[in-house]
Amino acid sequence: MTDVRPRMLAGLYARNTRSVVARGMRVIARNNWLIIVTGFFEPVFYLFSMGVGLGALIGSVQYHGVDVPYAAYIAPALMAVSAMNGAVYDSTMNVFFKMHYAKLYQGMLSTSLGPLDIALGEIILALFRGLLYASGFMVVTTLMGLNLAWTAIFAIPAALIIAFGFAAFGMAITSFMKTFQHLDFVFFIMMPMFLLSATFFPIDVYPEPLQWVIMAMPLWHGVDMIRMLTTGIFEQAMIYHLLYFVIMIVVGVFFATRRLKALFLR
Amino acid sequence: MQQLHIEANQLTKRYGSFTAVDGIDFEIAPGESFGFLGPNGAGKSTTMRMIAATSLRSSGSLDVLGLDANDNGPAIRAQLGIVPQADNLDEELRVWDNLFVYGRYFGLPRKVVRQRADALLDFAQLQQKRQARVDALSGGMKRRLTIARALMNEPKIMLLDEPTTGLDPQARHVLWDRLFRLKDSGTTLVLTTHYMDEAEQLCDRLVVVDEGKIVAEGSPKELIRTYSTREVLEVRFGTAKNEEAAGRLAGIGDRIEVLPDRLLVYDDNGEQALTAVGERGLHPVTSLVRRASLEDVFLRLTGRSLIE
Ligand SMILES: Nc1ncnc2c1ncn2[C@@H]1O[C@H](COP(=O)(O)OP(=O)(O)OP(=O)(O)O)[C@@H](O)[C@H]1O
Ligand SMILES: [Mg+2]
Repeated sequence: MTDVRPRMLAGLYARNTRSVVARGMRVIARNNWLIIVTGFFEPVFYLFSMGVGLGALIGSVQYHGVDVPYAAYIAPALMAVSAMNGAVYDSTMNVFFKMHYAKLYQGMLSTSLGPLDIALGEIILALFRGLLYASGFMVVTTLMGLNLAWTAIFAIPAALIIAFGFAAFGMAITSFMKTFQHLDFVFFIMMPMFLLSATFFPIDVYPEPLQWVIMAMPLWHGVDMIRMLTTGIFEQAMIYHLLYFVIMIVVGVFFATRRLKALFLR
Repeated sequence: MQQLHIEANQLTKRYGSFTAVDGIDFEIAPGESFGFLGPNGAGKSTTMRMIAATSLRSSGSLDVLGLDANDNGPAIRAQLGIVPQADNLDEELRVWDNLFVYGRYFGLPRKVVRQRADALLDFAQLQQKRQARVDALSGGMKRRLTIARALMNEPKIMLLDEPTTGLDPQARHVLWDRLFRLKDSGTTLVLTTHYMDEAEQLCDRLVVVDEGKIVAEGSPKELIRTYSTREVLEVRFGTAKNEEAAGRLAGIGDRIEVLPDRLLVYDDNGEQALTAVGERGLHPVTSLVRRASLEDVFLRLTGRSLIE
């Protein structure tokens, strides 16, 4: 059997990611559908409390010079946040737990699977969950009349791109973690990102230096990207948002692959 | 000549500045059953993990089925049946699903996997538990399922890390019987154990490891012949008096070993040694003559007991 694989992947990949995904689907089908349902409701609750509740007080927000109803302003942001949260949760907490406590990966690595099969499988499963959440959320926002343009349909692939970027990075970061406490660090970064990234109000309320910091963060690009799609108000920045995530995915996947040995083969 | 199944040269594993496995050499031929015997922390599991290519060696060489273990994990493990020291069954799946999903990890066709899962449930005597949750199984049942799972890919080499620890005597004998059958069918067995009787029963050849190094190698019989007398006399004088009695016994047998609770007198003829003890005017509380075992070999080599 001749087999040409990059040297970096020697011993890491068996081209059987499929079986890892199938195992995940089997588990979801048998026990875990409840988690899927609860994950779907989180952004919906935010939307009802902030969007509908606060929206009644605020009315509308200016977005690129256009007045947008408050609920329609935050709905795309909540979608981006939910994509980020799901991907980060799956690639950090979940991976760490399955590695060190459930010993799931140990079992998988007793077979001809390699670390890359497992990592890809986990990312695909995380994206599948993301797809379910995003689609469910789109249904809700459409029923509420918060999607102002037909381009809103592209918000679903956009959410997957965001999730992919965060998941690849999350996995690389998890490879450095030794204890559960180290995970607090991740949430310490995510919390301010969630609150400040033009999620609930435009960032021009901040002094300019802080605006630059926020615009360097991935979530802001995700929020603004989906917001353009659901409102139909496009700016040139769209290209930079996409570019940001393409780079984040490429760097994240490269970095995570480099760290696979550290993550799985101790 | 047939190719060796496993070949290690100066195999070493370091964790930071700590050396868990310290330059060991061994060769395992096809069909052989080979044991690693040693106390806690000797480096047995670490060695097993390196053979399974789930832990990368720090230096030395290690070939499994002719492939370098550091670079060929998937290809090597396709031929291995791995039973880890601590069960790592998939708790989110039921008993039968555990076997099925595991078989699929090897990329085997569904039909084959289904057939083997059913056959192995019989083998593990778990047919009536096929739909049970894994966490509802007893310790021994989990162990049997783990071993059945390791057979899903019909491995050429079985790696068994303390396969019978935690099993009751009857379950151990059942398992030994299964392992004998595998051995008869030509499977290479590599196992670690704390149990002398297990090593004597199952291993054609074994190495005694201590603190990451191999301190002796041979068949159980050879090791006993080399490092011990044929028989051993065990005498107890009561905890406080053992030390003092040892002094007065000097000269009896080949060698005397003082343990906290008893004295071991090594002599090819234990009864004769016991008579000699009596002749010196000493009256042990209890005495026992037995055949020498690997336990004695271990004590001799490391100065420590295998099971504290
Ligand atoms: N991941 C790790 N990081 C650091 N040290 C480790 C790691 N794994 C094992 N060790 C150390 O390596 C040494 C050998 O461990 P190993 O598990 O191989 O022993 P063992 O012979 O299997 O012992 P036991 O009979 O208790 O199972 C121990 O001192 C252990 O603390
Ligand atoms: Mg061990």
